[in-house]
Amino acid sequence: MHTNLAAQINSFLAAMVLLTAFGMLVQRRMYGLIHLFAWQGLFLSISTAIVGFVAGAHHLYISSILTLSLKVILLPYILHVLIQRLKIHKEVETIVNVPMTMLIGIALVIFSYHLTAPVRELSTLMTRSTLAVALATVMLGLLMMITRKHAVTQIIGFLAMENGLFFAATSATYGMPLVVELGVALDILIAAFIFGIFFFHIHKTFDSLDVDQMARLKEGD
Amino acid sequence: MPLLILLSVPLFAAIVLAFIGDRKYAPEINILGSAATFAAGISLALEVYAEGPMLAGGKFFFVDAFNVYLAVLTSFVSMTTAIFSRRYMRKERQDGHVGPIRMRFYHAMFQLFIFAMLLCLLTNNVGVLWIAMELATLSTVLLVSLYRTPSAIEAAWKYFILCGVGIALALFGTVLLYFAAEKVLGAGGEALLWTNLSQVSGKLEPTVLSLAFVFLMVGYGTKVGLVPVHNWLPDAHSEGPTPISAVLSGLLLNVALYALVRCKVLVDGSTGTHHAGDIMMGFGLLSIIVAAFSLLRQKDIKRMFAYSSIEHMGIATFAFGLGGPIATFGALLHMLVHSLTKSSIFFTVGHASQMHWTQEMDRIKGLIKGNPLVGWGLMFGVMAIVGMPPFGVFTSEFLILTATMKDAPFLTPFLLLGFAVAFAALFRRVQPMVTGPVPSYQRPLKAAHIPVMLHMALVLVIGIYMPDFLNRWFHTAVELLK
Repeated sequence: MHTNLAAQINSFLAAMVLLTAFGMLVQRRMYGLIHLFAWQGLFLSISTAIVGFVAGAHHLYISSILTLSLKVILLPYILHVLIQRLKIHKEVETIVNVPMTMLIGIALVIFSYHLTAPVRELSTLMTRSTLAVALATVMLGLLMMITRKHAVTQIIGFLAMENGLFFAATSATYGMPLVVELGVALDILIAAFIFGIFFFHIHKTFDSLDVDQMARLKEGD
Repeated sequence: MPLLILLSVPLFAAIVLAFIGDRKYAPEINILGSAATFAAGISLALEVYAEGPMLAGGKFFFVDAFNVYLAVLTSFVSMTTAIFSRRYMRKERQDGHVGPIRMRFYHAMFQLFIFAMLLCLLTNNVGVLWIAMELATLSTVLLVSLYRTPSAIEAAWKYFILCGVGIALALFGTVLLYFAAEKVLGAGGEALLWTNLSQVSGKLEPTVLSLAFVFLMVGYGTKVGLVPVHNWLPDAHSEGPTPISAVLSGLLLNVALYALVRCKVLVDGSTGTHHAGDIMMGFGLLSIIVAAFSLLRQKDIKRMFAYSSIEHMGIATFAFGLGGPIATFGALLHMLVHSLTKSSIFFTVGHASQMHWTQEMDRIKGLIKGNPLVGWGLMFGVMAIVGMPPFGVFTSEFLILTATMKDAPFLTPFLLLGFAVAFAALFRRVQPMVTGPVPSYQRPLKAAHIPVMLHMALVLVIGIYMPDFLNRWFHTAVELLK
């Protein structure tokens, strides 16, 4: 009963993660995006803690705290500060063809379920059903990076992908070994500094963060 | 012990260089650090050569014939690049392309990058390999945009985003690999060690591993620069400072390919089929053909040689995919000679573009008359890279071609087509650059002689007479990769 309930809560949280991923796909406002990203991190963190508690995998508590501090507090804060400094917090991105993007997103979710079917069959963990959601989150992050043209949005898409990967590790194997989790977190932290620097460079050079303006390096003909 | 020194020297040098900043002797410290790394690499290689594969640091590191030869190569090329970079970057500094802060950053990040690559090669943990690979990307992203021109920033952004996405997919592959390994080896760090994984590869779940390989292939393949996920590579190579182009081309691509080959051996060992190899052959062949034809259209000299790197990485990937003793031997040799030749070419190209204030090939002329070392260096470098005897690339390409004719004869024409087109494309472009009179806008330059001559001499020696120890070394590595 206990495990069953936990599995249900976990599935609910997985659904919320997926929902935020879809939300980000079509969110036009910068603040809205960052908030959605923070929510996604929060659901992830709670889910990790629950899995850690039920499965008795105590190293997951550390992962959960890591997610909470990095993806719910630190990264959204950094992004907040950055877009305020760059004075782009009021920018509204135009997104073309929302219905089409949504449809592709749904197709990606189905595809993820199909792709992870062999893993689900082999797994005995209570979290096995959420692996497909994790892969879908990765794919939706990727889709977001492709469809959106704003540098900040692309970075949020990238971080959402990272969320999906972390979720995948929790669902498939109750988390990667701690040394790997910590290393990945460190890499994300370094990446955060780098994209922060990048935003300023791009903004200064191109006077906007629209990456469509960067089209100098086309193949010569 | 040499292993510890090998890894700590570049890390320590990075910190020291960050403090030294733009003092006059910073490039010398950079060379010194790289030379110490190289010495440690040699002594580690001697140890492995005498005593065979070894584990160190509580199974955290693993050294065998395959990765130690790449570690020596990495430390060697980083040393010669540091020597080249001394004169090259000094000139860039004089020309006002970079300021003191960026020079500080450049030196520190160069060493950090070397550290990341060595960690990639020597770690026994698949997860740490991933982390180090990401670190290698992150440490070079801001080096690509060092000049802060619009195109440099664009190139760096592309590099950051594409490699970020690629490497994220590789992490998913690693998660799947861990999932399969955990069933056999139990949870915890032990399940991600190459040494443990290779022992139980037959028991790992084949369906999961095949799925994992697709993600690993796309992920690490992005870093190898394989078509169709190669878009970042020509931009990053052409816009970054030339020493960085040299180490990206000569070293980083090799390291990514190393990761891919390790995964391939594991996956094919588990499935008992040749699927992973087939996928690699497909990617490799596509890269050869697409890159060869792209060579024809290039106007920027560094961009052209970047495409040539894609082609050669395609050749090595193809050969590893093909498998078998001859092809694997050829691929290992190819990684070595390509790395030496291509970095040497980038050294001369860097000087050539400094002499003419441009990277546009139409404006580069009369190199042999203007500066014989740069001119002949480029000429011989290109002769070597297109696979003319007696250089080492000829040997490796010949071996790979022979193996292809034996194991996959129907693919030989495609391979030959790629070689021929690349040959024509490069020669057509290089000949006008090196011959002819000196144009009025060319300026004289003190070039870095030693790195170019050292690299070309090595490639020549390997081509004419393969030293016995190298031969035995490669044979041991071939055995490992069976």
